[in-house]
Amino acid sequence: MSDIAERVKKIVAEHLGVEPEKVTENASFIDDLGADSLDTVELVMAFEEAFNCEIPDDAAETILTVGDAINFLEKNAA
Amino acid sequence: MRRVVVTGLGMVTPLGCGVDITWQRLLSGKSGAGRVENFDVSDLPAKIACQLKRGDGTDGTFNPDQWMEPKEQRKVDDFIIYAMAAARQALDDADWHPTSYEDQCASGVLIGSGIGGLQGIAETALLLQERGPRRVSPFFIPGRLINLAGGYVSIEHGLKGPNHAVVTACSTGAHAIGDAARLVAFGDADVMVAGGTESPINRLAMAGFAACRALSTSYNDTPEKASRPYDRDRDGFVMGEGAGVVVVEALEHALARGAKIYGEIVGYGLSGDAYHITAPSEDGDGAFRCMTAALKRAGITPAEIDYINAHGTSTMADEIELGAVQRLLGNSAATVSMSSTKSAIGHLLGAAGAVEAIFSLLAIRDQIAPPTINLDNPSIETPIDLVPHTPRERRIDYALSNSFGFGGTNASVVFKRYAH
Repeated sequence: MSDIAERVKKIVAEHLGVEPEKVTENASFIDDLGADSLDTVELVMAFEEAFNCEIPDDAAETILTVGDAINFLEKNAA
Repeated sequence: MRRVVVTGLGMVTPLGCGVDITWQRLLSGKSGAGRVENFDVSDLPAKIACQLKRGDGTDGTFNPDQWMEPKEQRKVDDFIIYAMAAARQALDDADWHPTSYEDQCASGVLIGSGIGGLQGIAETALLLQERGPRRVSPFFIPGRLINLAGGYVSIEHGLKGPNHAVVTACSTGAHAIGDAARLVAFGDADVMVAGGTESPINRLAMAGFAACRALSTSYNDTPEKASRPYDRDRDGFVMGEGAGVVVVEALEHALARGAKIYGEIVGYGLSGDAYHITAPSEDGDGAFRCMTAALKRAGITPAEIDYINAHGTSTMADEIELGAVQRLLGNSAATVSMSSTKSAIGHLLGAAGAVEAIFSLLAIRDQIAPPTINLDNPSIETPIDLVPHTPRERRIDYALSNSFGFGGTNASVVFKRYAH
């Protein structure tokens, strides 16, 4: 597992208050991890902060699962 | 209109998390005041406050994790967490946990706060300045709004009836309980979860109230002596924090389910000073009129009042309230006991009226008036028993609780010992 993947999963577990083992790459923030739409906005902000990058709103809308976030950040993180 | 009673109590105060422990410590004359240690007070004139004692939840300590999940706590200001704690205590005490759609729709929430989420507003304003708007959390607004205390409580407990909030500075808690009683009396709800909550102990609020010259500043080395209502050496109020919540219920509804009844809400009066933004009118006219209105609604004479839980903040305004009470009581002044429990817990601002309403109900239950601690030398002679230092065992059939707020907003609530 990449370093980025590990960090993403840690952020997700912390922000959503879920067990780390539930944070799989297929897990959907809303359907599987109990997030609401505001939680997902905050998660994107946390990714931006942690990876020192900007995630535009149209890109943020496509980040629905843990894997989506990892893929985006692997391509775009500084 | 329907008769309205109180069937559940909950509180988080500087004396403890919970009604029983707070009441025991209040009667034993303890003070909740101390030096502020969790943020820098070196440049503030007032360096003391009545803060919650945080801990693992034992011995009356406040453990926020017992009342709200850590991931939710992160999103809200403390006043919401305090309200969650007091509301759950009150609903458990009332044994009212509606599950049917009908019961849920007949149960509402009316919890207010004087100021709301000042801490989060201050922190987020700095963040905006330093990092820009993209760093502002989506939870910033919903975690600071005053009515979100009631919003969170309604979501946690499935309360789908009226969802309302009061914002009347230091009269908030009293107005919330009085308004909730009217909603129940009118039939808008059978049960209302009502009260006030406040978390003002932060640098911004301490600086603001100090600028108003409202806070005690002479007792920074002896904080437990600082809140001394009616005493000649008082010099301002001591900021407090916490929440008080009661379950207000239609009498018929409470009787039908066999609920225990702490007392009946028989009177509620409101008035405005129309005088000054922070000072009460010097003749005490606003206080007099709101007490008079509450007694009229209760259908009793001033002589029938046994106990008054005063607003009594330990400021110059104490004598104005005392004058208004003397005018109200006339020849019966010598038969009433009146204390300021702010002497022990400080001034909980928007939560004060709710916490003090609970003390009034407990005074009725236990037939004892809680004390005004630190009242060594009254600044004025009065025939009224101000209950100095130690509690007074006495007959209490009717108790009146006063609250007066910045802006000249006044509320009085009258509770009656329950009788069929």
